[in-house]
Amino acid sequence: MSTENKIYLQDRTVVVPGDLIAEGNFQIPWSPYIIRQGNKYFASVIGVVEVKDSIFEVIPLEGSHYYPRIGDTVIALVEDVELYGWTTDIKAPYSAYLPASSLLGRPANVGEDLRRYIDVGDYVIAKVESFDRTSDPVLSVKGKGLGRVSSGTVIDILPVKVPRVVGKGKSMLETLSTETGCDILVAQNGRVLANCPSKEKENILIMAIRTIERESHTKGLTDRIKKLIKESLGDKSVTSSEAQTNT
Amino acid sequence: MIRVLQVQKPKLILEDGRRLDGRKPDELRPMKMEIGVLKNADGSSLVEVGNTKIIAAVYGPREMHPRHLALPNRATLRVRYHMTPFSTDERKSPAPSRREIELSKVIREALESSILVEQFPRSSIDVFMEVIQADAGTRLASLMAASLAVVDAGIPVKDVIAAVAVGKADGVVVLDLNEPEDMWGEADMPVAMLPSLGQITLIQLNGNMTQQEFKQGLELAYKGINTIYNLEKEVLRSKFAEIHEEGS
Repeated sequence: MSTENKIYLQDRTVVVPGDLIAEGNFQIPWSPYIIRQGNKYFASVIGVVEVKDSIFEVIPLEGSHYYPRIGDTVIALVEDVELYGWTTDIKAPYSAYLPASSLLGRPANVGEDLRRYIDVGDYVIAKVESFDRTSDPVLSVKGKGLGRVSSGTVIDILPVKVPRVVGKGKSMLETLSTETGCDILVAQNGRVLANCPSKEKENILIMAIRTIERESHTKGLTDRIKKLIKESLGDKSVTSSEAQTNT
Repeated sequence: MIRVLQVQKPKLILEDGRRLDGRKPDELRPMKMEIGVLKNADGSSLVEVGNTKIIAAVYGPREMHPRHLALPNRATLRVRYHMTPFSTDERKSPAPSRREIELSKVIREALESSILVEQFPRSSIDVFMEVIQADAGTRLASLMAASLAVVDAGIPVKDVIAAVAVGKADGVVVLDLNEPEDMWGEADMPVAMLPSLGQITLIQLNGNMTQQEFKQGLELAYKGINTIYNLEKEVLRSKFAEIHEEGS
């Protein structure tokens, strides 16, 4: 019997669970979004198929939770202060622990008040240091650019939309930061930290990010976002000059 | 609408071979489905099958509380099937009845076989189904609503569950029972499937059927399930199809 590999769907097709993507024997990396039954490959989530030569991949479109991966940069929200560290929310099914020793560079003293460094409600930029199926994620703030967030705005997005907000080769991220003039950090767990020169520009950035989220599965999004920001910025400059002439 | 409570068994199959609501024996009730109807839930859906109306909400996968109940190798599924007090003719007590507790378990087991629970160890997935209006077939409508809500939450599943009941009314095998057929018919058999895998996740049988009638009923259910399954997929796809056209 000849084992012929057949991909039934075209590149960038929207799939739903139970859709037959391909038949045969493919050398593809394991993915939670593809299930194999015999020699048939089905989609397991709502997503978009990306077909490249003889390899395919499913990019999910829905999902409000982040699944931790070692080495990812995340923005954690501190939920509780404990004796030797902080428990944080990283939008995962598990709470993440940030040991105080990682921040202080020395073991925390007994009875030391850790609220002096990081308190409940603070955002922390951190890296996932360890995580597996059996244990909760542990964070680390050792490294450049990591630590407590002292300025800016944190915007929550769906974790599955992170790749689109960053774009291929960071194209979307570059568009966003150059067009609005904001300093942007996109964390893998679906939080965006933005330091903007003005409130108007921040609002435009948020609007652009919401548009990306809503239309993440469409083609030519970067160009449309560029246009959208330019238009909104143009409107703003017109209204502000009008306001000036009125006064 | 004034409803007269019937104490005597009505004729379920009329002279012209049609049923009380004018359907043919192999005809489904009109159906409507929608996803993403609730803002606070991770996933939600609204399913209408004839006069039956169900709303479902899914939360998770999230941290399991209380923690000692979490399973080390997979996600725990917690399912609540509940009928609102105004869903029936006579007010139903809002407290979970014996029947609702049983149906919650039946639905949980059917749903669990479709979700890839091993991907989220130590977490919990909470599913809530609220029967807004009851008119036969609430367990299957709830199961479908739950399945659609799980997909809407972005939780990986083997397949979307499609389900329909078959039964026997006045000796005729009929598809998708309505309230009088459910009450007065000789048999009621709900069937739920993962259609593209060809697997059955739920089958129950109430009443009497011969072997031949059972086979005939199952064939009829397969046909009905296929139609429902296509509708479900269309609903799931439509959320993203609209913007796709606009953008391309």
